[in-house]
Amino acid sequence: MLYRENGQFKTSYAADQQIFPIAQDRWAIFGLLVVAFIGVPLLVDEYLLRAILIPFLILSLAALGVNILVGFCGQITLGAGAFMAVGAYAAYNFHIRIEGLPLLVSLLLGGVTAAGVGIFFGIPSLRVRGLYLAVATLAAQFFTDWVFLRVPWFTGHASSGSVSVSNLQIMGWQIDTPVNKYLFCLMFLTVFALLAKNMTRCAVGRQWMAIRDMDVAAEVIGIRPLFAKLSAFAVSSFFVGTAGALWGFIHLASWEPAAFSVDRSFQLLFMVIIGGLGTIMGSFFGAAFIVILPIALNQFLPAFGALFGISISTAGVSHAELILFGGLIIFFLIKEPHGIARLWSTGKEKLRLWPFPH
Amino acid sequence: MGFFLETLIGGLMAGMLYSLVALGFVLIFKASGVFNFAQGAMVLFAALAMARFSAWLPDHLGIDSAWLANTIAFCLAGALMFVVAWLIERLVLRHLVNQEGATLLMATLGIAYVLEGVGTSVFGTDVYKIDVGMPKEPVMILEGTFEGGLLINKEDFVAALIAAVLVGLLALFFQKTATGRALRAVADDHQAAQSIGIPLNRIWVIVWCVAGLVALVAGVIWGSKLGVQFSLATVALRGLPVVILGGLTSIPGAIIGGLIIGVGEKVSEVYLGPMIGGGIEIWFAYQLALLFLLFRPQGLFGEKIIDRV
Repeated sequence: MLYRENGQFKTSYAADQQIFPIAQDRWAIFGLLVVAFIGVPLLVDEYLLRAILIPFLILSLAALGVNILVGFCGQITLGAGAFMAVGAYAAYNFHIRIEGLPLLVSLLLGGVTAAGVGIFFGIPSLRVRGLYLAVATLAAQFFTDWVFLRVPWFTGHASSGSVSVSNLQIMGWQIDTPVNKYLFCLMFLTVFALLAKNMTRCAVGRQWMAIRDMDVAAEVIGIRPLFAKLSAFAVSSFFVGTAGALWGFIHLASWEPAAFSVDRSFQLLFMVIIGGLGTIMGSFFGAAFIVILPIALNQFLPAFGALFGISISTAGVSHAELILFGGLIIFFLIKEPHGIARLWSTGKEKLRLWPFPH
Repeated sequence: MGFFLETLIGGLMAGMLYSLVALGFVLIFKASGVFNFAQGAMVLFAALAMARFSAWLPDHLGIDSAWLANTIAFCLAGALMFVVAWLIERLVLRHLVNQEGATLLMATLGIAYVLEGVGTSVFGTDVYKIDVGMPKEPVMILEGTFEGGLLINKEDFVAALIAAVLVGLLALFFQKTATGRALRAVADDHQAAQSIGIPLNRIWVIVWCVAGLVALVAGVIWGSKLGVQFSLATVALRGLPVVILGGLTSIPGAIIGGLIIGVGEKVSEVYLGPMIGGGIEIWFAYQLALLFLLFRPQGLFGEKIIDRV
């Protein structure tokens, strides 16, 4: 009744091609941004910001990157954690070694370095695909794990690769309180999400999707696989690397290579599967789901067990988490391969017809 | 020279263990085209079951003979792996017929997580011992040939022997029995096999069951060598480069690939490691596999089924 585009006429090409063609969507997004930028910092307490919202923002950024590669270009990757690590450590080196380099620039340069490494490890994608490519990206994962643990140059000769940053500021704006950190990450995410959305709508995004759907056919109609695949690797790694730099600098402040282990890679892949392959929205849903699920389980599972007279230990909760993750992945692959994002859009379609569906 | 040979033999023995894991990969890939990421979790699950059953049996049933307890525990664990195989086919694979390889790969990742979670919550997370009476004492051989001789673990020899017997049995099973022939037919062409009346679902249960048994043997050997612990699940990640090297469709390839990777890891760690910081075992195998992917994607012995892009 409320959610309907009756009477909204498009009178220009620009209006026809805007990101949210329905006025209600535009208002909803606008409202969401207002709440996120103004409402949340005023209302939400520090624990929630630190434990949920900041990890959610950064991991959504990483999931966006993974989604560009896996969901839009169809190149499966198990090395996202590696590119996060490259982003974080590269940004660290730029930050430490070049005196007076603005924080923003070193974070973005971390992303650019990750993009370079991503292109290098994306080269096998020109020869192989599917699970063979997964092995190639795993090679990237194990190699970077080792490099940051064992090559002292990258970590400023710190023992076991643990580094830390402090006194982060941009033009006098200190990023020290959770609220400021949250706002900083939110700005990054907003810009990058807009970038990703537009990229997938323009020529390069359509090339990625053509390669994903059938690479031979794409080649026949004149798409260069080399450019399409490597650009997807580059853009994806740039996103993931920037997220890694944020994860290190803003969320952890001091970190070691174990923060970007192969488990992180799997986690990011699960985010895009559960959230929805090939949708921008899905990255957010997946990240939210995976960030909140363990915390929710920790809170509610012991209470739920006590209801039946079973006491569930912390170890029990972490096992339940594994089982639930695995089960959900299988469930989504079988029942809804397009993830939560598809449920969302189905819901919206239903809403447009409500309350008179016939 | 003696030291080099010792390193070499140590590598061969480690390679034998990788081969056992890789064998599970190859079996399932050949028969169902699924790249089974859950093989490591299956090894962990089977080893945990074996360790716990062999500890529970003497306690609860009063079986005193360690040999009898181990045998019964092995059979029970085997039966458990059969149930797991059946459940996987029933709940997962059946619903994902004709999906892309990448989807199936991700589904096996899910299976791995479920198996790890169930295994550790049922059997516990401590480090368990499996004692199947493998000889532990090292022996010296070839003392006449080299100065100081070669120090070798008897246990490794027994493990290698078991692996060899297992491979022989599998080869016989695949070549000589009717079921084995059906398995090979399914591996060649699903639809053709189905059209001549081979029940696909049953074949999948059988092949996952065989892979489960291989996982059990691998788990028992790894477990009695290193103890059963959660890190066993990561052996799948060590087995991946092996199958890429040897070829995804070749059983001999899995064995030889395992040996090459085992030797390569040990030798490079000992001779190359000190130069560039040590601990290179972890990625050495992967870089080797990466090279193979670029220049010979089907591996050493695999069929040329991989579609070049």
